[in-house]
Amino acid sequence: MKPAAFDYFAPRTQAEALDLLASYGDDAKLLAGGQSLVPTMNFRLAQPAALIDLNGIDELFFIREDKSGLRCGAMTRQRSVERSALVRRAAPLLHEAMPHIAHSQIRNRGTIGGSLAHADPAAELPALAVALDARMYVRSVTDTRWVAARDFYVGLFTTAMLPEEMLVEVAFPTLPPGSGWAFDEVARQHGNYAMCGAAAVVGLDGGGAVEDARLVFLSVGEGPVEAKRAADLLIGERPTETAIRAAAATAATQDIDPVGDIHAGPAFRRHLSRTVAERVLSKAIEKAAEAGRH
Amino acid sequence: MDRTITVKVNGREYERSVEPRLLLSDFLRHEIGLTGTHVGCEQGVCGACTVLVDNEAVRSCLLFAVQTNGREVATVEGLGAGPQQMHLIQHGFWEAHGLQCGFCTPGILMSLVPFLEQNPDPTEKEIRDLLSGNICRCTGYQKIVEAVQLSARLIQEKSS
Repeated sequence: MKPAAFDYFAPRTQAEALDLLASYGDDAKLLAGGQSLVPTMNFRLAQPAALIDLNGIDELFFIREDKSGLRCGAMTRQRSVERSALVRRAAPLLHEAMPHIAHSQIRNRGTIGGSLAHADPAAELPALAVALDARMYVRSVTDTRWVAARDFYVGLFTTAMLPEEMLVEVAFPTLPPGSGWAFDEVARQHGNYAMCGAAAVVGLDGGGAVEDARLVFLSVGEGPVEAKRAADLLIGERPTETAIRAAAATAATQDIDPVGDIHAGPAFRRHLSRTVAERVLSKAIEKAAEAGRH
Repeated sequence: MDRTITVKVNGREYERSVEPRLLLSDFLRHEIGLTGTHVGCEQGVCGACTVLVDNEAVRSCLLFAVQTNGREVATVEGLGAGPQQMHLIQHGFWEAHGLQCGFCTPGILMSLVPFLEQNPDPTEKEIRDLLSGNICRCTGYQKIVEAVQLSARLIQEKSS
């Protein structure tokens, strides 16, 4: 099918875009990479009265580093994030996970901010943002605020942003020295939405016990799901194989409540969650142990 | 309200007045008559409509034509002038029988142009990862992988 008619705007500055958003509110859609929005418009599941195209706003395209970590403008293409030497150094988990996002032809156009704001529960970037304790910089005509990633996701395709607010930047704090990380997912075919995926970030103390752990799932809930019980089980413990297996089992049985779809039923999703959690926790811990030896 | 856009397609400049909702794929096929770009799923999944915008492979069904105002688009028609003057990638596909019905081929060829520029000697895994963005329902991909390998060799031989 073809999209319904809309008024098209191509602002050149954030301020112009925010003015438009303030006047149209819920009747407008912001067009970032369009890799999720345009399909829904082609099927007329979305019929916005106005489309505000952000692709001409140069100030939203950047990757830079400051003393607290990595900062990406919302319109930075996923492909640019994937290829950035700075991202590779400053946020290696993000770098490693990028190729899992759809296909290269989609990442050429898709943006980091578009995916974060779209809040698809099966998307990789929201889970990575929560795992990395990212912060979202959100603006409206009258206000600016930072929102922690874990407070940003409030439900299915829903964020804490108001209709007149726009995501302009995301900040990824540098992981403490001695941290390990991993990302993995299971999809029927490379590039398809995953049936389950997880990101883990683990820090070990001088004695080799787990000091800090975060495990975040995608595709098993209404948004990114943080496995807090599993993390609590690991913190303070020596990360033996048995401890990792117990944490992964807790994550799969207590931290998530997956619903089924045509790709995978709830029981299979729990099974995958357990396997993926074991893999990412083991790999993250291995990396943290390696980092500690240097 | 219609917008007037100027787009360079395969090196030639076109000026047209279009509705903002017109997809790039439909612009190429219906407005300027380049029907080599195929439309499969219109949801970005199948990859048949892949073209280059500013030398990057993108889905033309997920872009509005107005978004390409002032940009350069390359489609399969720009690859080779005819059977005697095929692009080396087309030659590789012809030689290795990398297609059956050919519906998906234009999208595959356009995905491969920047890919082989950036990876002149790709591994089979890299080739299969790239091809995962283009659905072929005929071949089972084996011949396509072989065609890509042959194309890479032909390009390397020519440049050495």
